[in-house]
Amino acid sequence: MKNLSFSKVMLWVGLIFLYAPMLILVIYSFNDSKLVTVWGGFSPKWYGELFQDQQILNAVWTSLRIAFYSSTMAVIIGTMAAFVMTRFRRSWAKLTLSNMITAPLVMPEVITGLSLLLLFVQMSETFGWPTERGMFTVWIAHSTFCAAYVAVVVSSRLREVDLSIEEAAMDLGATRLKTFFLITVPMIAPSLIAGWLLSFSLSLDDLVIASFTSGPGSTTLPMVVFSSVRLGVSPKINALATIIILAVSLVAFLSWYLARRAEKKAKAAME
Amino acid sequence: MKNPLKLFKGRHLTMGIPYLWLLMFFALPFAIVLKLSFSTAAIAIPPYEPTFNYVDEALNIFVNLGNYLLLLQDSMYYMAYLTSLKMAFVATLGCLILGFPMAYAIARAPARMQAVLLLLVMLPSWTSFLIRVYAWMGILSNNGLINNALTWLGVISEPIQMLNTNFAVYIGIIYAYLPFMILPLYATLVKLDLSLIEAASDLGSSSINTFWKITLPLSMGGVIAGSMLVFIPAVGEFVIPELLGGPDSLMIGKVLWQEFFNNRDWPVASSLAIVMLALLIIPITLFHRYQSRSMESEV
Repeated sequence: MKNLSFSKVMLWVGLIFLYAPMLILVIYSFNDSKLVTVWGGFSPKWYGELFQDQQILNAVWTSLRIAFYSSTMAVIIGTMAAFVMTRFRRSWAKLTLSNMITAPLVMPEVITGLSLLLLFVQMSETFGWPTERGMFTVWIAHSTFCAAYVAVVVSSRLREVDLSIEEAAMDLGATRLKTFFLITVPMIAPSLIAGWLLSFSLSLDDLVIASFTSGPGSTTLPMVVFSSVRLGVSPKINALATIIILAVSLVAFLSWYLARRAEKKAKAAME
Repeated sequence: MKNPLKLFKGRHLTMGIPYLWLLMFFALPFAIVLKLSFSTAAIAIPPYEPTFNYVDEALNIFVNLGNYLLLLQDSMYYMAYLTSLKMAFVATLGCLILGFPMAYAIARAPARMQAVLLLLVMLPSWTSFLIRVYAWMGILSNNGLINNALTWLGVISEPIQMLNTNFAVYIGIIYAYLPFMILPLYATLVKLDLSLIEAASDLGSSSINTFWKITLPLSMGGVIAGSMLVFIPAVGEFVIPELLGGPDSLMIGKVLWQEFFNNRDWPVASSLAIVMLALLIIPITLFHRYQSRSMESEV
């Protein structure tokens, strides 16, 4: 009993530790004073200034587009890999594929970023393509590391899917492809959406890999934030941070909710 | 089973597309990093000498071990490796000390609460990493929240230097990676057979003794997985030491970044990456072993 209460206290300490800095950031984003640490009254003026900063707005648009394309590609590759990991017979090819797909989960970002950049440079040396780095190269980089997360999310769902339903569809004459789109996809849809949303927020958040693989015309939002944060704390960045925290929490909450609802549905179906 | 040929094709496509993608954008890049680490820096575009050359009907391969020798000779590099390993180790320990009781409390909470508590723990890790590190800059700086509060309370008369120290880097790493420690710990602790703990206390074991003899050994899989999930990225961390650390918190990820972007010495940056990877091979293998074992046990 003593042990239990100690761990409960630590849980609350930990949660306060996790949330207090973000809460402080949100409060200070409404600070009227130009000095970040001195409270000068409530004012939403930094939000106004934020929406007039063309550089930030451009970066937001670039980041959103990259995140959209990357998460879509990551779902395609990650789902295919998840199928191989859960449905295919044990083989040398399956083993190397599942090792390669999960490797980016633990790889230090500087190494992933550096290696991809060197690949793109080598490619343009050898085939003259890509001529310069930009949104396309960031898209490839982000799709690759996000696919790892999609593969994990989708494969854990695929393990729970009842194979007999697919078999029944094929016995009734549906082709493999038709079975996949009419039976399998609806059954794993929530995990596909959760994987897509997770990839979307991961791509939006990435600084290190994007810095290595982007070119002059493709500055993403974290890159802009990083270069201004390096100079010190600024009230405009506090406002931006608040919006990012709210937006990403919303996306994260949505993906969690969908995954949980799917779990419940699956459980109800089994009973 | 109607059309064996079609089935065959479909299977190969399902395997082939991700396989080719990963070969192209994951395996090949590492081969290039390895190749480049044996090259020499040059003032050119791209800034290195070619490793392979075909002159006079002969293939010349240039292998330059100079970059690796440099890493051995210049004390800055191995100090950076040592600092990274030490800081990642201490921060991992910090995450474990804070994360273990948190994971334990979540695993023992009522079933309905568990999902909510887990979401609360995971949510911050999905919001921007950069922003969360940035939040600490405002708290730890000399005229930041902590120093202001302490001065106001009269505890201190001069601000304590916290930002740009190793202390700030520890806080940053523990803060950013705590959720990754809690998740695998929770996964093993929730499966723990409670009757074993009850049996131990019935037989007169103190709660501390029960923890060391029963709870901890049985949750070792989660401890290892969580520790590796924190330790591996922490070694290569760039953002946290750059924003929160000082000149003495020279971590290897930061050095690699500087060699690459500021000094434009790509071959040295590549060999730094190769050595970092070599140092991380054992933790990465440990993590993979745990992961494949836990995946097999789920089936």
